[in-house]
This record gives sequence, C-alpha cells and structure tokens, in this order.
Amino acid sequence: MSFPWAKHYEPTHPFMQWMDQKLPLPRLVYNAIGAGYPVPRNLNYFWNFGVLAGAALVIQIVTGIVLAMHYAANGAVAFDSVEHIMRDVNSGWFLRYAHANGATMFFIVVYLHIFRGLYFGSYKAPREMVWLLGVVIFLLMMATAFMGYVLPWGQMSFWGAQVITGFFSAIPVVGEPIRQWLLGGFAPDNAALNRFFSLHYLLPFVIAAVIILHIWALHIPGSSNPTGVEVKDEQDTVPFHPYYTAKDGFGLAIFLIVFAVLLFFAPNMLAEPVNYVPANPLSTPAHIVPEWYFWPFYAILRAFTVDFLWVPAKLWGVIAMFSSILLLFILPWLDNSPVRSTTYRPLYKWFFWLLMFDIVILGICGMKPAAEPWVRMGQIASAYYFAHFLIILPIVSRIERPLPLPNSITEAVLAKHKAA
Amino acid sequence: MIRIIAFLGGLGFVAALLVGALMPREAVEEAVTEKFFKEHKHVSFTTDGPLGKFDHAQLQRGFQVYKEVCSACHSLRLVSFGDLTGIGYTPGQVKTIATEWTQEQPSINPDTGEAATRKNLASDKFPSPFANDVAARAANNNAVPPDLSLMAKAREGGAAYIYSLLTGFQEPPADLPKDSRPGPGLHYNPYFPNLNLSMAPPLVNDGQITYGEGAPKPTVDQMAKDVSAFLIWTAEPKLEARHRAGIATIIFLLIFAGLCWGSYQAIWANKEH
Repeated sequence: MSFPWAKHYEPTHPFMQWMDQKLPLPRLVYNAIGAGYPVPRNLNYFWNFGVLAGAALVIQIVTGIVLAMHYAANGAVAFDSVEHIMRDVNSGWFLRYAHANGATMFFIVVYLHIFRGLYFGSYKAPREMVWLLGVVIFLLMMATAFMGYVLPWGQMSFWGAQVITGFFSAIPVVGEPIRQWLLGGFAPDNAALNRFFSLHYLLPFVIAAVIILHIWALHIPGSSNPTGVEVKDEQDTVPFHPYYTAKDGFGLAIFLIVFAVLLFFAPNMLAEPVNYVPANPLSTPAHIVPEWYFWPFYAILRAFTVDFLWVPAKLWGVIAMFSSILLLFILPWLDNSPVRSTTYRPLYKWFFWLLMFDIVILGICGMKPAAEPWVRMGQIASAYYFAHFLIILPIVSRIERPLPLPNSITEAVLAKHKAA
Repeated sequence: MIRIIAFLGGLGFVAALLVGALMPREAVEEAVTEKFFKEHKHVSFTTDGPLGKFDHAQLQRGFQVYKEVCSACHSLRLVSFGDLTGIGYTPGQVKTIATEWTQEQPSINPDTGEAATRKNLASDKFPSPFANDVAARAANNNAVPPDLSLMAKAREGGAAYIYSLLTGFQEPPADLPKDSRPGPGLHYNPYFPNLNLSMAPPLVNDGQITYGEGAPKPTVDQMAKDVSAFLIWTAEPKLEARHRAGIATIIFLLIFAGLCWGSYQAIWANKEH
C-alpha cells in the first residue's frame, strides 16, 4: 500500500504500545497523514485544497449541528426561527453567516481541487477510483447545498425548490408523479421542508464516509504531483508530517482569512436579497437564480430552447445538466493520453484553458436573466463544454505529441532550482 | 466503445444547442419599466465599510420617523421594544415607549376570554398596525404594506434603495406611455421596479417631524436618511458586534498565518521543492 521506504510506526511509550495492540488507531493516523505517508516533494499550493475541503466540511458540520439546535423545520416558523438565530441566540449571527458563507468557501476550495485534478491529470490511472469517488462527493455536496438553501424558507428557497424539483417533471409519463412523491405534495411545502432538513442533516455524514474512501483510494498509489511523473525512489518524497502538515497549516490560515473577510464584512454579498422575504407561493420573484456555485449548470439547463429529435427542449436541458457532471465519471477513459500534467501537453493546453474560460462564461450566463445575448452565449458555451469532453479530448489525446517529461521528480526539482 | 458512445452523445448535445443558437430571435422591445427605472441613489451611512458603526442619535431620529410616520401602515414584527436598548435608550425609556405605543397588543379578556388588547411590554414585538392582511389590503388600495424589519436586506440596493424610494416620488415624465401612468391611488416613483406604487409619499414637508434639540434640520432628505439608517439596524442589529469581532479575528489570523509561514519555511529550509 505504501512505498518500501515509508517510516514505520514504533510507539515508545508503554501506553501507546498497549494502545497499538488493542486498537491501532494512532498507527492508522500515522500512516494516513503522519510521517508514515511518503508524498512527492514537489507539490505546489494547488495540493492544499483537499485538506481545505475537509476543513470546510468540518466547519459546516460543527456550525450546522449548533444551528439545528435553534432552527425549526416547519413552514410556518422556519423563516422566523432563522431570524431568531440572527437576533436572539448568543452569537447566532456568527453561526448562521459562518454556515451560509461556509458553503461558498467549501465550493470555492472544491472547485480549485477539481481544477487541480483536471490540469494535472490526477484522474488518470492509477488514480481513477480517487477521481470517481471525488465526483460522488461533488454530487452529494450539490444535493446537500441545494437542500440547505431551502431551509430558511425565503422566497428564493421556495422558488428554487420549485424549479429544481421541476426537473423531474421533465421525465416523460412518470415525471410528474415522481416529482409529487419527492416533494410529498403538489408544490414545496411542509412535507418537502421537513424531508429536506432530514436529508440535509444526513448527507454531510455520507460525504464524510465517502471522503474516507477517497483518501483510502488515494493512499494505494500515493499522491500525484505537478510533473505527473510517478515517484521512483526515496529522494522523490518527503514524509507527510511534518512537511505537508506545516504547508497545509499555512494554507489553512490563508483560507480562514478569506473566509473571515467574507463572513464578517460581506456576509450577504453572494446572497439574493429576495431570500430575506418569507416564502410566498402566490408571488413569483422577478428573476429566479440559484446560488453562484450552480450558475454554470443552470446556464446549461436553460441553453436548450428547441425541441430536437422529438425530445422536448426541457428534457434536453435536464439530461444535459445531469450529463455535464456525470460525464466526469468517464473522464479517465475519454482522455487516454499517458501524460498527466497539462504543462507537457502543448495542444491540449489550449483546449484546457478555453474550457476554463468557457465555464466562466457559462457562470455569467447562468446568473443573468434568460434574455439575449445571454441565451445564445450560453448555448455556444454549453456546446463547447460538451464538445470539449466528449469529442475534442479523445481526439487530442490521440494525435498530440507531448513534450519530453523529466526523468524523475527530483530531477525536475533540481532543474527548477538551477534555473532560478 | 465508451468513446464512441460519448462521441455520439456529444454530437447530440452540440447539435441540439447549435440548432437552438441558430434559431432567429424575435425582436424584444425594451420594457417600459426597464426604460424608466432608475438605479438607487448613492448615499453613505455610518455603518458602511469594515469599521462601520451605528450612530445612536441618528438611529433614534430614524426610530422617531418610523414611530410617527411609517408605523401607521408598516409592521416591524421581528423587532421588540426591548431591542431599542441597542440604539441607546435606557430600559426606563423603553418601558415608556412600549406603554405609550398607540397600537396595543392583541390579547384576551382574562374573565370572558373575548378578544381584547393590552398595553405593550418591553418584551413584546412591535404590534402590527393591521389585524390581518385582509384589513391591511382594505385600508391600502388593495396593497399590503410590507413588514420593514428586514427591508434593508430584502431589496437590491438595501438602505440606499429605501432612501431613494422615499425621496424619489415625482411627476411622471411626459414621454411615459399611457399604460404605464399611475392609475387611481398609485404614485409614480422611478426607483420602484414597477414604477407605480400604492404608497403615497410619506415624507413630504421639511419639518414634518420635530426633532429634539441639537439634531439636524428635519428636511425630507434628512428624515429619509435617518429612517433608512434605522432600518439597517432593524435588519442587522448585530452589525457592530460583527464588525468588531471581524477586526479581532483577522488580526488573530494574520498572526497565526505568520507563525504558520515561519514553521513552513523552517521545516522546508533544507529541502528543495
């Protein structure tokens, strides 16, 4: 499971020796994130975001558990119970703003973590399972975030729930019954709010469990690195502790500073004002829009405006939106270039950065109302998104001639130092 | 195999999207409301910025405007009389404000159980001026005056929007199409997204309210600013505590980051990476 030169856990204190015989939990930690896990020495700051995502999950769970002690999941009082938290609960404003902006921070670090995986080809063999589990975590996060956004029971909570559960009604024949079954009614109401609260409390623990699998799967081949060249010998690696615990500590401090600026000085910057109006099924907001982290997917959903090949536009939109994430499951087999890092892929590099630009455009289109020029722009951007993964990537990885790779991680590091 | 399926699926998506993109668009005329709508005015409050604080004198003036003008129609259901200690009133003053409040709290007659009202206590939330939405509609040209507790966070532009609305009533412009002119009981205001609203201009004359000694002249502009500041407080009563906690937290985190940087550098000192 690990490299032969990995350090071995040898407890010296009699209590730790006793513990190691009965329940070798310290040994597990030592081998997972301690000195017993050899890691490439050349990881850059992009390798901080996995740990930061874990920290963000812990922050969400801790603040969420305390919020749940004061929140009431009932349509009649949910909105007011959130305001009760904001006004009357000791430091309640801190808990709620930390939780709401914590979701934003969680998505920021996870998107950077996914970016890292895409740019440096971390999804490729032998780490496909790490990637697949990561996509599962991402899907669970999206479901959790959506259901959490419904809980304050403001206008956007209600109408967001209406739109998202409306996806299911696009399924032919059985769609509408499925939607009613999921909601427990004809429209979002107390039944839906209650089950969303229950699931919103459950799913983070499911995420935590999948994270354990994600890390377990990572420890089989070990961490990837910016060159994409596999570890060859001992001098290519350093023990995780203290080298990367120290670096992650610094990364965590920076993460917390950004988080604090958002939480204390602009806690409503990314929120929709209309969600401070209590849910009202009789009054539709002028402009229904999801949270920022769903904007690109919302743009893909709305990009399909014509019935094509006998499939209604709405169904196309729903299928495409789900496919835009599900296609990540087959990414390791779409890209069969043996070279991992985009740095050494002169042709793919162009398409990669075009995709990043494309996703930003999709985000803007998802935020804007469904009017020109945003609809057409969203259509073209969505077309590139699918073309990139499903058509261009397999072709590029076949015809590309990659740049020469360094012989080893150590060689790459030393060459960089000589140049500097 | 997987690549062939993906390729065909990709072609399907791209074709459906490009057909949609190539469809000619019907020309959309700019909506009248969009053409005449004005973005809120720029106005500054003492709560702006990371060091922003409440100005108690201003909040008390704003409360006076709410009490003497707005409270005739608008509720403040999330705020209690006792909360007013947060803008500098003493518990004694709060008690007086509560007992003297014109609108009483709904209650029951302790002997007969019939509906009754009682005087407000400091622990009571501000009572609504109307018994229910139907009564509110009946008295207000079929529009319910919205609750003001969260208004400064519930509208695009926040307190600046409230200030703009209060000072933005005007004669409709000559080129406003007939359909968009205010109907009976409506009032033109370009800062309101619909352009016409049921609320009559609430602040019309300078000196409509008599401010206490040492206060600025109660011009319409000043009153609008004061009540907007007051509504920032009702929407976010913990704003000042939040700013103070934020400064302390960031100072702490900067020191923490410095120490982490130092240990990172020390540990990696002899390791090229």
